Amino acid sequence: MIEVENIHKSFGDTHVLKGISTVFEDGKTNLIIGQSGSGKTVFLKCLLGLFEPEEGQICYNGQFYSELSRSERRDLRQEMGMVFQGSALFDSMTVEGNVMFPLGMFTNQSKAEMQDRVDFVLERVNLIDAHKKFPSEISGGMQKRVAIARAIVMNPKYLFCDEPNSGLDPKTAILIDNLIQEITKEYNITTVINTHDMNSVMEIGEKIIFLKDGIKAWEGTNKEIFKTDNEAVTNFVYSSELFKKVRQMYIEERN
Amino acid sequence: MRSLILKEIDELIYGSLGIIIFISFFIGGVVTIQTALNLNSPLIPKSLIGFATRQSVILEFAPTFTSIIMAGKVGSYITSSIGTMKVTEQIDALEVMGVNSVNYLVFPKIIAMLAYPFAVAIAMYVGILGGWIAGAFGGYAPSGEFIKGLQLDFIPFHITYSFIKTVVFAFVIATIPSFHGLYMKGGALEVGKASTTAFVWTSVVIIILNYILTQLMLG
Repeated sequence: MIEVENIHKSFGDTHVLKGISTVFEDGKTNLIIGQSGSGKTVFLKCLLGLFEPEEGQICYNGQFYSELSRSERRDLRQEMGMVFQGSALFDSMTVEGNVMFPLGMFTNQSKAEMQDRVDFVLERVNLIDAHKKFPSEISGGMQKRVAIARAIVMNPKYLFCDEPNSGLDPKTAILIDNLIQEITKEYNITTVINTHDMNSVMEIGEKIIFLKDGIKAWEGTNKEIFKTDNEAVTNFVYSSELFKKVRQMYIEERN
Repeated sequence: MRSLILKEIDELIYGSLGIIIFISFFIGGVVTIQTALNLNSPLIPKSLIGFATRQSVILEFAPTFTSIIMAGKVGSYITSSIGTMKVTEQIDALEVMGVNSVNYLVFPKIIAMLAYPFAVAIAMYVGILGGWIAGAFGGYAPSGEFIKGLQLDFIPFHITYSFIKTVVFAFVIATIPSFHGLYMKGGALEVGKASTTAFVWTSVVIIILNYILTQLMLG
């Protein structure tokens, strides 16, 4: 579980995060949504420990990040998995090398043990014949799966995803969403996803946080987002004609 | 870490030997020809051509000129590879995993560059060989005279001076481009700009350090 208490983050004169508080529970897919520039990425980077908030606390299963020593922070980071927007795979390594990298860096496993673990996670993300390929030789969807495999290879307690669906076709996007949700449930991970994709919001948003100008403007589930009267949320989520019609149908059905 | 260092030695040093040998050979040859063409007086012995070639190659061309070449070849490779990792969030990925990116990316390069004096030693040998071939086969200096000149007034400290410079330049070639790669901002275009800036700064620092070290050790 991750508890966030009133965090503030600024860059020069720009106050990006203005006192965000929330709780991300284990075994749930938590989504952060909001317009570009609303502070989503900065918030995610604060959760990852890449940015240090000026005010407020982030607590990981009872451990306050700001109170941890350097080595404790490094240990905590080994419990985190991250899927970057552009996958961020090491392009000089094969798919297998990418997934094996954290094992080689942080465990004393033998080559055979590491290979078994890599085979297991690659099979788990439905990548079977890509072990020896380089990232440039596989599709965007496959790269995302490799990134997910690399993120979960160390059995993380926390999984962070920055726009995992960007650049993917709708079908592959749903596959990636479902895969992240399955893994979250299977390993009871605290998953936080930064997204613009409203399909993801509707499909896997067990908890949704809507950020607007660095403030948490709304919080709820994918069921509640249909009912909300919060104008900022409805303007953002139902900005497309399709979603406006879906919402209208939902309201008519409810009445 | 050992495999990383060996990989960097392969990429940074072994991968540069071809261009180092090629340039050193012809520079050595040109130094011999230029020296011979400027020594017209019959009172000056032909052995001085070998002497001048040796001094030029050992003191300046092998350590300094080769380092400028390496600043272009290796330096731009270091900046662009680290810069591309930065742009594509690979460095963030390392940091998130708990890997110290400077330790992982820069430290092996610094250690690998400790093998650079071996490349400069080869440059010295090949440069003098190029001079001897140009002198002997081009008719500028008889082989025996040239070799006599190579052995004339040899000061072993010049080799030490040259290798001290090389080690300092190796550190500069590994660190300045790494800094420019790690701390660059922007996208693909900025990677190219960072590589150019890194080359310029590495060259400037090498030239200034060359002056300071020469003044300190030979002045």
